[in-house]
Amino acid sequence: MMTRILSGDFPRSRLLTALLLAVFAGLALAPFLFPGARAINVAATICVFVVLAASYDLLLGYTGIVSFAHTMFYGIGAYGVGLSLHGVGPTWSAVLMGLTIALGLSLGLALVIGLFSLRVKAIFYAMITLAVASAFAVLASQLSDLTGGEDGRSFGVPEALRPGFRLVEAEIFGTAINGKLLTYYLVFFGALSLFLFLLRVVNSPFGRVLQAIRENDFRAEALGYRTVVYRTLANCLSAATATLAGALMALWLRYAGPQTTLSFTIMMDILLIVVIGGMGTLYGAAVGAALFILAQNYLQALMRQASEGLTAVPLLANLLHPDRWLLWLGVLFVLSVYFFPTGIVGKLRSLKRE
Amino acid sequence: MSEPLLQLTGVHTHIGQYHILQGVDLVVPRGELTVLLGRNGAGKTTALRTIMGLWHASRGALLFDGEDITRAATADIACAGIAYVPENMGIFSDLTVRENLVLAARAGVPDTARLEWIFGFFPALKKFWNQAAGTLSGGQKQMLAIARAIVEPRKLLLVDEPTKGLAPAIIQSLIAAFRELKAMETTILLVEQNFNFVRSLGDTVAVMDDGRIVHGGPMVDLAEDRELQQTLLGLSLDAHQ
Amino acid sequence: MTTTVTTPPPDGELPRLRLDKAPLLVLPILALLALPLIGSFPTWVTLTVAGLAMGMMIFIMASGLTLVFGLMDVLNFGHGAFVSVGAFTATLVLLPMQGWMQADSVLMNLTALGLAIALAMLVTGLLGWAFERIVVMPVYGQHLKQILITMGGMIVAEQMIHVVWGPDQIPLPLPASFRGALLIGDAAIEKYRLIAVAVGLMVFVSMFLVLNRTKIGLLIRAGVENGEMVEALGYRIRRLFVGVFVAGSALAGLGGVLWGLYKETLTAAMGSDIMVLVFIVIIIGGLGSVGGCFIGALLVALVANYTGFLAPKIALVSNILLMVAVLLWRPQGLYPVAKR
Repeated sequence: MMTRILSGDFPRSRLLTALLLAVFAGLALAPFLFPGARAINVAATICVFVVLAASYDLLLGYTGIVSFAHTMFYGIGAYGVGLSLHGVGPTWSAVLMGLTIALGLSLGLALVIGLFSLRVKAIFYAMITLAVASAFAVLASQLSDLTGGEDGRSFGVPEALRPGFRLVEAEIFGTAINGKLLTYYLVFFGALSLFLFLLRVVNSPFGRVLQAIRENDFRAEALGYRTVVYRTLANCLSAATATLAGALMALWLRYAGPQTTLSFTIMMDILLIVVIGGMGTLYGAAVGAALFILAQNYLQALMRQASEGLTAVPLLANLLHPDRWLLWLGVLFVLSVYFFPTGIVGKLRSLKRE
Repeated sequence: MSEPLLQLTGVHTHIGQYHILQGVDLVVPRGELTVLLGRNGAGKTTALRTIMGLWHASRGALLFDGEDITRAATADIACAGIAYVPENMGIFSDLTVRENLVLAARAGVPDTARLEWIFGFFPALKKFWNQAAGTLSGGQKQMLAIARAIVEPRKLLLVDEPTKGLAPAIIQSLIAAFRELKAMETTILLVEQNFNFVRSLGDTVAVMDDGRIVHGGPMVDLAEDRELQQTLLGLSLDAHQ
Repeated sequence: MTTTVTTPPPDGELPRLRLDKAPLLVLPILALLALPLIGSFPTWVTLTVAGLAMGMMIFIMASGLTLVFGLMDVLNFGHGAFVSVGAFTATLVLLPMQGWMQADSVLMNLTALGLAIALAMLVTGLLGWAFERIVVMPVYGQHLKQILITMGGMIVAEQMIHVVWGPDQIPLPLPASFRGALLIGDAAIEKYRLIAVAVGLMVFVSMFLVLNRTKIGLLIRAGVENGEMVEALGYRIRRLFVGVFVAGSALAGLGGVLWGLYKETLTAAMGSDIMVLVFIVIIIGGLGSVGGCFIGALLVALVANYTGFLAPKIALVSNILLMVAVLLWRPQGLYPVAKR
């Protein structure tokens, strides 16, 4: 049973299993365990980022290509659903329509970029995706008639997802069963199924070919695998998953804007999550996302306190200013690429062997 | 006999996961032309690249002119007096013939008398002096590659399959060049598949197979012993031109 | 390899070395085509000069990057950090010397600016040296790690700018004598743009001379094509590479100062913002080619300026469209670099 669900890919470390179970249980029961708007928001963000990071790992860790266009696909998903709900009105068919258009656009773009640049070196692909994604971000913020520009678009969601909606009147464990809760579980189960789907993909024969290509593309080509085709397919799959993650995020936030979807900061966040969590293992993406989002939301408060306590030492206060947390992440990122290329998951797994 | 100029003892070289050289013992005597024969994939090119430090031996030792060069960097090996003409000739096609030779002359500028001497057997280089090397024909590129290796006197010349894909007329001018170099007592290690080309040039010969030296001795012995040729080199070499 | 010479001609007679002129012709053709579309000659002159100025600045920032890539197959995604650091370092001179900058004397303006540029190039050069040692060296030959590490390096550098200079934008006014425009006929040409064009041309010409007339330059060009053979001729390519890396970083610093003065405000992200254009330029030019980078930079900037005037909506994606068009014409860029 578990073998089927996890596609035979077990965490292979007791600590890691415990960590994953904790994340899973925490997310599954978040509305009941951690009441309060902030906590539930953090939980939903973690759900979405687990998928986002996992779909990115399909490219970075399993296929060995660096893309800087992942937030573009994420943004397409968010904007697709958001603009459709904004334009058509808060119905499920609008969600579906937005999703279909977004998926079509994402797949089309991923296919074109892939065929165009995956023939050549990884570096080329990284540069092209960076250029395309930044052009897309500029486009989204400039076409303000359509997208709402820098302000983004707020929109209504279907009836059942609104906070005012009650599925049952009674409260369970002191938590109201309202639209907000339903949305959370839509996000949670959506994310869970996408994650399990990705797990299935990387453990399929297709996934094994991807890893073979990553290890030695000449050899894979010599064995008869068309590397361009496989890489492009991986690119499309990863883009489609990111699009769906974006749609979930839009439904949760009831808002789509450049800062929450397309910004380069989010791209860097994804990169950091995958590298620190562990490239080439989806569990790394899951653990990384959970830790990262938690740290982002709660560690920054700690830094603020430290910084305020150190106002007497200007440079140190600046170093610990909460806005500088990216500095420390950057340092951590560089160090982990050098010293722990397998990330947290790799560390945990090697602990077991000792 | 004086001490050998270059000596390889039990040299193993790995490229990635492949074990290419599996204990090569090779002696290159001073002032002679040594021919390294062997079929494709026997490890001849790897041997030259290992000598040049482009790949490093995982085991064994390389001794050049009394110095241990097993771990030395390529640039240091070159400065110690080894010149290398790789199989693909390694011409800088974006640079002119002149610029190629200027780089090869570590003193700064090529010596005029020596250039004239080189032009004597490679006149094409004089003719296309200011032309981009990429526009030369295959044979002319090979001439440039060899000229680059001898533009200043070097102790040892490593030449990898110079006749590959060249017309017979050009091969003749290469033979002339190697005879001149031999006359000047330059030590040469020449990798070849074309037995007819090296038959008259070589002093000593070594035959490689599967990453090892399987035969070594004077060239005359091999040149006159058709049976030995058969067993060591097979029919393919006779068929080769 | 895209060399067209396949069969040796008879008698050893060679085709004359063909200088690849087609990419060179693209620029004037583009400018001439734009003229009737724009309709007004003075506007066209203004736009063209603006495009050339912007192109020169991008070239200065991009040239080091493309050479470093050509020589060692290393692409520094953190190159943009040197642009920002250069610009911010310049403020260390320019803000205290505000009096000299605003004085009505070309000589005092130039002295202040020259000092600022010298300091910026020194600091970014040193930073480049450290960056090469600490960040790039351990990941030679590993493209994936290279991209990640240099990206990480850029995040850290950008954040350090915030730590040192604070989180706010810094205004950087132009020196007094470079403000305003020259009127030539009806065409208004901003003085500073002419300065940028002049500096860019100087950099290009000196780079051209170094690459073609000096032994170091020959070694760099040879190394771009076949580094292994340069080693086999007895030169340490690593030293060469460090030199090019440092020079490229210093040039990025120079580009940062020029760019910052052009924008008249500095942000820590200015470097990473401009990197997108820089990447497009070196892809268009052909990775590793300085000449291609020069033409690519001018091309990108001219197209951006012309479309910005003619069709502002398209202008946002004009760079991407230009890149696609060039790559469809020449998949390896305008001047593909021959690799072993």
